Amino acid sequence: MNRGRLLWRKSLNVVMLTLTGLSAFGVVSILFLILGYLIWNGGRSLNLDFFTQLPKPVGETGGGMANAIVGSLKLLLLAALMGLPVGLLAGIYLAEFGGKFFSFVIRYTTDLLNGVPSIVIGIFAYSLVVLPVKHFSTLAGGVALGIMVIPITVRASEEFLRSIPGSLREGAMALGASKWRTIATVILPAASGGIITGMLLALARVAGETAPLLFTAFSNRFWSPGWSQPIASLPVMIYTYAIAPYDDWHRQAWAAGLILLGLVLLANVGCRLVLNRGGVSRSI
Amino acid sequence: MASASQGNNATAAQIARQLTVSEKTSAASEKEASVRFEISDLNFYYGTKQAVFGLNLKIPRNKVTALIGPSGCGKSTFLRTLNRMNETIRNTRVEGQVLLDGQHILRMDVVKLRRRVGMVFQRPNPFPKSIYDNVAYGLRINGYQGRLADLVEHSLKRAALWDEVKDSLHKSAFALSGGQQQRLCIARALAVDPEVLLLDEPCSALDPVTTAKIEELMFHLKDSCTMVIVTHNMQQAARASDFTAFMLDGKLIEHNETSKLFTTPQDPRTEAYITGRFG
Repeated sequence: MNRGRLLWRKSLNVVMLTLTGLSAFGVVSILFLILGYLIWNGGRSLNLDFFTQLPKPVGETGGGMANAIVGSLKLLLLAALMGLPVGLLAGIYLAEFGGKFFSFVIRYTTDLLNGVPSIVIGIFAYSLVVLPVKHFSTLAGGVALGIMVIPITVRASEEFLRSIPGSLREGAMALGASKWRTIATVILPAASGGIITGMLLALARVAGETAPLLFTAFSNRFWSPGWSQPIASLPVMIYTYAIAPYDDWHRQAWAAGLILLGLVLLANVGCRLVLNRGGVSRSI
Repeated sequence: MASASQGNNATAAQIARQLTVSEKTSAASEKEASVRFEISDLNFYYGTKQAVFGLNLKIPRNKVTALIGPSGCGKSTFLRTLNRMNETIRNTRVEGQVLLDGQHILRMDVVKLRRRVGMVFQRPNPFPKSIYDNVAYGLRINGYQGRLADLVEHSLKRAALWDEVKDSLHKSAFALSGGQQQRLCIARALAVDPEVLLLDEPCSALDPVTTAKIEELMFHLKDSCTMVIVTHNMQQAARASDFTAFMLDGKLIEHNETSKLFTTPQDPRTEAYITGRFG
């Protein structure tokens, strides 16, 4: 009897260990499967042309996505210019100034904004920027992505500012620094590593967004000068090329996917490294 | 219960007699003539909770005054009213009068007040900057015009840290040991040349050797600086201070020259505390 229970307990242990271990392994392997698949399919189509050439007309093979790479960067630049300052300042307000109730409202709203489906934000930018001027534009895409950057930046800034010990604030104020002076000269520099990381992660997240760009930035098979023309971006190009009936386009879609994932991973890993290095000095 | 209160009454008469005696002697000495801080009828509230009750105290110039008392008796709160640091906490209220060299501190510009009344905290709190920038911080925010390097050196020397850091001024302050960090914080406070230095349990996170260094440093600073130190360490109060004030439950129980307070306490509660019967 007793032996039977022991055997049961041991085998249950083995079963559960196997189940949880397999799931954990599955989580890791999904990323590596995607990465391997992208490298296998996209790596072969990657060449210098991909980075330097415009897309070829339908029917011709070859060409590249230089315009989409530059387009994605331009859209991210706009998103950063619009979203990061607002997000940072709002984060400072939440961490350093906000009263209890008002902060709660802002924090809650920010979380809701973070949860708004990206396509809805696309519709919003569409009606705000595209409809009045009656054409798609880089600006409209930047607005859509900028809105998506805000909530992530707010929460990251707030969190890292809060992690700075209050003793530093007191130290600066006891020397006669005003509140704003304290924040600008002591608190922000101390939190800067974390905040910059949060900003990069926010940009990396929106870099892969497709839905809000479909009807704001649209796409473009040529260079898009200035900020008021439709512009190509990597995610939208992937979408367009992947559903097209040409094998050559499929290969290029894979290559674009590889580049996009590579950029996002690079930002992620780079941030971790920066954070870990910053964490050592903070923890003392 | 009844006998206890009778005992109190008996001692109260003694205290009254002895107090008048000590008042006369101290009035006769020149120390009373030079008062840095004069606090009268000070009340302090955290929201509705009162933390300091009707406190009256004169803090003499260029002396070390120690504040002792059990945890939560309001000594840190009182200390922090002297440079208005409590204003950074929401929902606090202060009543009464605090005069710094005859000026009402509540009507002073808070930046000017804190420049004149520096503060050192319980835990060393250097900024995440270089040693040099830490000391120069107060000078920079006060728009000091002149050679920063000279004053940084002078301040580090006053804080007895110069010899240990003169070759690594531009290294991070976090690389210093705890005791060095605390002396750096003292140097940082001294850089703006304050008239008063408030020390809130400055040695509680330090080992005895470092503590001795800081006490020695306080002794040398007395020439130019009035100091008020909050401490849990009775030996420290006895060693390092000229005057001692004993607080209990937000009230000032007794204030006297340190040698007198520790040898012949006037109040039974003071005696009970310094002999270790409570707190």
